[in-house]
Amino acid sequence: MIRIVVSPDPIDVAGELDRVEVAGAGAVASFTGLVRADADAGGRGVGVLELEHYPGATEAALTALAQEATRRWQLAAATVVHRVGPMHPGERIVLVATAAAHRAAALDACAYLIDRLKTDAPFWKRETRGGTSSWVEAKDSDDTAAARWRD
Amino acid sequence: MRVLYFAWVREAVGTGEEVVDPPAGVGTVDALIDWLADRGDAYAHAFADRTRLRAAVDQAFVPLGTSIAGATEVAIFPPVTGG
Repeated sequence: MIRIVVSPDPIDVAGELDRVEVAGAGAVASFTGLVRADADAGGRGVGVLELEHYPGATEAALTALAQEATRRWQLAAATVVHRVGPMHPGERIVLVATAAAHRAAALDACAYLIDRLKTDAPFWKRETRGGTSSWVEAKDSDDTAAARWRD
Repeated sequence: MRVLYFAWVREAVGTGEEVVDPPAGVGTVDALIDWLADRGDAYAHAFADRTRLRAAVDQAFVPLGTSIAGATEVAIFPPVTGG
């Protein structure tokens, strides 16, 4: 079972985790990403984080990643929920949940999905601090994290 | 052909989407960007540093050297920052 959701609505972690407890699953792993306040050099924290995406291409990219993870780790279920639009520190941006027969597959597939999502899905973050907005720059460390899953 | 722009590229160009009709010689994403850059200062500025640009052809991520022959939708955007 693959479930992909891209929406401005808050993420219901409990509901999503219930959904991946499907027949054949002996292990469920999940990752939740939250908006950080991250103060800059001037001590100004993030007030609003806005997520832009590429409708259609985003869902296609996430579906392809979930299909690849399902094939590689024989998952019983894979869910990716990504929020878009404006959000605030402490709120959930992304949830990845995987279900497999055993824990190693569920945990590895979960890490794979969040690492690859960071470099392969068309989302862009813009943060506002003290009235000033700026686009978040991509990090080389994200490319490194995604690259470790190449086989 | 539909061309889409996202994030700061969208802001720099001044639109998120437009329909363009490049001449036959414009065969790759790189060539399309060169052609678009000639449309005005905003485009030239947005596309000045090619290393900061990524692209998708018909919604699939591709290198900038990729052919756009037969494409209906090309998207130009910065490196992604989701998750």
